[in-house]
Amino acid sequence: MADSATIIATTGAPSRGRRRLQALARQPKVVWGGGFILFLVVVALAAPLIAPHDPLAQDLMSGTLPPLGFADYDPGFLLGTDDLGRDVLSRLIYGTRIALTVAFVAATLAALVGTLLGLLAGYFRGVTDTVVSRLIEIWMAFPPVLLSILVVAIMGSGVTSVIAAIAIIDWTRFARVVRAETMAQAQGDYVTAARTLGFGRWTILFREILPNVAPVLLALITLEMGIAVIVEAILSFVGLSVSSDTPTWGGMIAQGRQIIYQAWWVFAAPLAALFATVLAFNQLGDGLRRALDPVMQR
Amino acid sequence: MTAPLLSISHLNAVTGRNGETPILRDVSLDIAAGEVHGLVGESGAGKSTIAKAILGILPRGIRIASGSIALEGVDLLTLDASSRRKLLGATVSLIPQDPLTALNPGRRIEAQLTDGLRLWRGLSAADARLRALQLLDEVQMAEPERVMKAFPHELSGGMRQRVLIAAAFALEPKLVIADEPTTALDVTVQKQILRLIRAMQERHGTGVVFVTHDLGVVAQICDRATLLYMGKTMEQGRVKDLLDAPRHPYTRALMDACPRYDQPGRGLAPVPETVFADCRAEIAAFDRERAGHV
Amino acid sequence: MRVIAAVLAKRIGMAIVTLFGVAVVVFLLLRVAPGDPVAMMIGAGASAADVAELRARYGLDQPLLVQFGIWLAGVLRGDFGVSISLHRDVLELLSERLPATLELATAACAVAVGLGGAIAIAGTLVRGRKAEAAVDGVNGLMLAVPDFVWALAFVLVLGVLWPVLPLSGRMDPSVGVPFVSHFYLIESLLRGRFAIAGDIVAHMVMPVLALALPLAAVIVRILKEALSEAMMQDYVLVARVKGFSESRLVIGEALRNAVGPTLALTGVQFTFLIGGTVIVERIFAYPGIGAMAIDAVINRDLPLIQGLVLVFGALFILVNLAVDLGAVALNPRLRHGG
Repeated sequence: MADSATIIATTGAPSRGRRRLQALARQPKVVWGGGFILFLVVVALAAPLIAPHDPLAQDLMSGTLPPLGFADYDPGFLLGTDDLGRDVLSRLIYGTRIALTVAFVAATLAALVGTLLGLLAGYFRGVTDTVVSRLIEIWMAFPPVLLSILVVAIMGSGVTSVIAAIAIIDWTRFARVVRAETMAQAQGDYVTAARTLGFGRWTILFREILPNVAPVLLALITLEMGIAVIVEAILSFVGLSVSSDTPTWGGMIAQGRQIIYQAWWVFAAPLAALFATVLAFNQLGDGLRRALDPVMQR
Repeated sequence: MTAPLLSISHLNAVTGRNGETPILRDVSLDIAAGEVHGLVGESGAGKSTIAKAILGILPRGIRIASGSIALEGVDLLTLDASSRRKLLGATVSLIPQDPLTALNPGRRIEAQLTDGLRLWRGLSAADARLRALQLLDEVQMAEPERVMKAFPHELSGGMRQRVLIAAAFALEPKLVIADEPTTALDVTVQKQILRLIRAMQERHGTGVVFVTHDLGVVAQICDRATLLYMGKTMEQGRVKDLLDAPRHPYTRALMDACPRYDQPGRGLAPVPETVFADCRAEIAAFDRERAGHV
Repeated sequence: MRVIAAVLAKRIGMAIVTLFGVAVVVFLLLRVAPGDPVAMMIGAGASAADVAELRARYGLDQPLLVQFGIWLAGVLRGDFGVSISLHRDVLELLSERLPATLELATAACAVAVGLGGAIAIAGTLVRGRKAEAAVDGVNGLMLAVPDFVWALAFVLVLGVLWPVLPLSGRMDPSVGVPFVSHFYLIESLLRGRFAIAGDIVAHMVMPVLALALPLAAVIVRILKEALSEAMMQDYVLVARVKGFSESRLVIGEALRNAVGPTLALTGVQFTFLIGGTVIVERIFAYPGIGAMAIDAVINRDLPLIQGLVLVFGALFILVNLAVDLGAVALNPRLRHGG
């Protein structure tokens, strides 16, 4: 079964790729989740073009203006303004930049570290596995939020620290799954076949096993992006992420919390954005898992 | 002659998205009180479907297209789920095929033997317990006290089947459906279990529908039998008559394919392919004729 | 029972190793951190002699390994040091704050199990019908949204827009603190002070729900799967023929066989709940160890951070242990040694 799949992969790659794409397009979760993420990417890239105001421009004359649909609504400020008169919509639009940067970079880094350790532990077993498994267990004994705050506190605040913190904490999510998956794949006939053909262990690991782990990995990275967005928001909320002159959703939420009785929309808007983004990453990840997992396709 | 205990008439069942595949073709049979009726056929012949239709536990894909199943004159197919449940709960019971999976692994034997008594007879825990012990005694279980306290995994397959038989007869049901109750057991245990079912059935005067693919078992335990092939009755009658003078070639072929304890050394003849071909032709003719009527 | 003892012994052994690892990691993390901890402790303007004296007092002039030994020896004696920012004994602070977190986390676990169990059973009862899709949809949402976002959403909806619940704290400050222990909820219930208990519960509703919903969602997904699996078993068929109602089949027959595997598969999620208390306590200004931990980190309060992380590590390990034992205890095969 598995070795025939590899043969197809090498001989009939285009048709297999197209079949996978078709399977993806059939998953409404992939379409909706992926569509929303794509929309966010466009918003983040085009932020200076589409934001109606400078996200940092203060105008104390037009402070705490309510959003569309309320009395005193100012058509120039669709989602209202905060207590300093800054446009909530513009800040929300610019906030996607940090959110997505952290999501993509941190998730990729965590995946790199976790996958490498998981592959090694799952394939070589023995001492390597014991060390990695023990590390995972120790890591899991830390509350992740506390650990991330600790890392950022040590490294100093800023986007780099936030990204590093997420990678340092969440590599275990990848390592656990990849380790188990690698162990299962290493039992496969195609690995035995490759071994009898005299392929080296590294070739087997990266050319034979890794591609078979890849679908699971892809879904996991997508889910991790959602988690990274949340962790960034948490760190911003606590005041440890980027400096306050860069708009972030978490920072807006923290600021909105202070003035929640005067201007609840400053709190609600980034919260809704966070909610939708996390949901989208989750749907996309779940859809990818369903579409790419051969077991679930059957 | 009094009204039969169970009367199935012109039962048709279908499967497939639009009900295009017949599963039962116009099956009719009567079972008198205290009678053991064998449903015989190979897998896919429809014998289990009949048993499940009586119990109202047909799998999702299978549907009754027409016909009736009457228990003491009440058509079960016209009842709603809740009244059917109340009617059948205490009057019809099941001895399942695989004793290893048919007992709940998380409940003690006592709980599984007494739950029906408490629900339908309203017995107190103590009374239900006494009745359960008595039942275990009836099925010749050694150490009934210990068995009552045990979980299923602590009992052997034969012991579990005895428990299931005791549970099936606990409420003095009028009808017991035995769904290949010995298939999963080894040969020596099989004979004991068959004898036990027969003994329990005679003592309680229970009607039994005995589903099996084994004509030897039918000879041993059944009064009457229906032979099925592809959901159609091939032959029906008293077991003695069927075995002494089979009229249908399918019956004859099945008998030849059966090990005979009374004729040791006789070789087993596989059912000849021509017999199957004849059966299929007969069924095709039946389907054509019915299609013509519609 | 023998099996349980064996599992217990093995898990405790592993737990000690893990806890030791946690201690090492914390220690190293804080020692490799840029900035001299002693300089941070006494602040700018201290003389070089003062710094040297403090370094010697805390053993910081010793090699790393000796430092670790000193710290570990202190911890084993119950000496976690003195908090730099709060100027109080760390162990004392922990014993004041931990009960609040324990009450919160236990309540959240209970709610998660109850809610998750109820939704899973309801979903199993309506399986194959349109209502099942609705249950799955709601659960998908619960599964995707983390405790942080739930907590903020509750703040907005139940605290501000439709203010029915108190937004912060553990109880109304005007009541004062008429307690001898730090388990306020338990003590108020035991002493029959139900008005106070009601106030405490009102303060707990939002943080408990925020913590419970994600765990409940995981429980629903796994338990519902296990229940559907169990409902296809022969023993359920036998019980169905006995005439038991659908709800009795699910609750009386399938549930007991589905709970053990579910517990084993959700184990790690219970520890996530403990971790979630950090940010959720902060959001609701609930005075537990989670809220304290964030302040400790921001204030670089090394002794307090070390103590807190050890407590969290111990909690994680204990929860894991409890879940493992629970899964064993619920499986009659293991319970009776096969």
